[in-house]
Amino acid sequence: MALIAFAALATVAVGSALGLLLRRNPIHGALFLVVNLGAVAGLYLMMGAEFLAAAQVIVYAGAIMVLFVFAIMVLIPGREETGPDPRRPWRLLGVPLAGLLLAQLGAVLLLRRAPAGAPAAPAPAAAPPPVPAAAPAGGVEALGRQLLTDYLLPFELTSVVLLAAMVGVLLLARRRA
Amino acid sequence: MVPDVYYLALSAVLFALGVLGVIVRRNPLVIFMSVELALNAANLALVAFGLRHGSADGQVLVLFVMAVAAAEVAVGLAIIVAIFRLRERLSVDDLSLLRW
Repeated sequence: MALIAFAALATVAVGSALGLLLRRNPIHGALFLVVNLGAVAGLYLMMGAEFLAAAQVIVYAGAIMVLFVFAIMVLIPGREETGPDPRRPWRLLGVPLAGLLLAQLGAVLLLRRAPAGAPAAPAPAAAPPPVPAAAPAGGVEALGRQLLTDYLLPFELTSVVLLAAMVGVLLLARRRA
Repeated sequence: MVPDVYYLALSAVLFALGVLGVIVRRNPLVIFMSVELALNAANLALVAFGLRHGSADGQVLVLFVMAVAAAEVAVGLAIIVAIFRLRERLSVDDLSLLRW
């Protein structure tokens, strides 16, 4: 059952990612990206990360994508990437490159144990620490506790980052007289 | 229960697609959206790792990634808007001043 749900969500995620890549119209791409983010939020739910699923929908699919759509509407009218691409052969070189990257990532996943004599890829820990059966250590409660104890300083520094970004954007967006 | 390797495999596929979008597309906004796609793939892998080790640390990290991504999108879009307000065409090929 869970496997079927995973397969469905994964299909939607990969399909919408392909849609983002293949559609020429950036607005369509943005909408495909929203679908993709929603599918990833569903996967978070399946992994028991409810808070992240909510944050994903609110922050990513909500706020960030609205920002994207606004930028597209400000910038695009009449200036799409039209016409034949003068550098098409070079750009299509990216397809085998991305395939190579995918092969590497797949190799990291499949070859868990480094073969004897290979200096790269240190062998991972033989067995993952057993998951505590009592409390699923990924719920909102555990997350909040971690955030306000062990990660308190980074959590507070996040606000400084956001403030700096806000001030920087105001500065950049100001029309110079 | 889905094995976490499946999540990691999906994350790898999505990350590769994001990188492909960055390389292949010409529109800076679509390139930026592809970067978001790759960031999300990394987040998925982080949550899967957290699930595997039974700790909430991975989710905390994802939360920070989300905050930094929000800041990055705001600044990046402001830069793109500021650059392309002055230009005719919306293509990264025109921004070749720093190329050797």
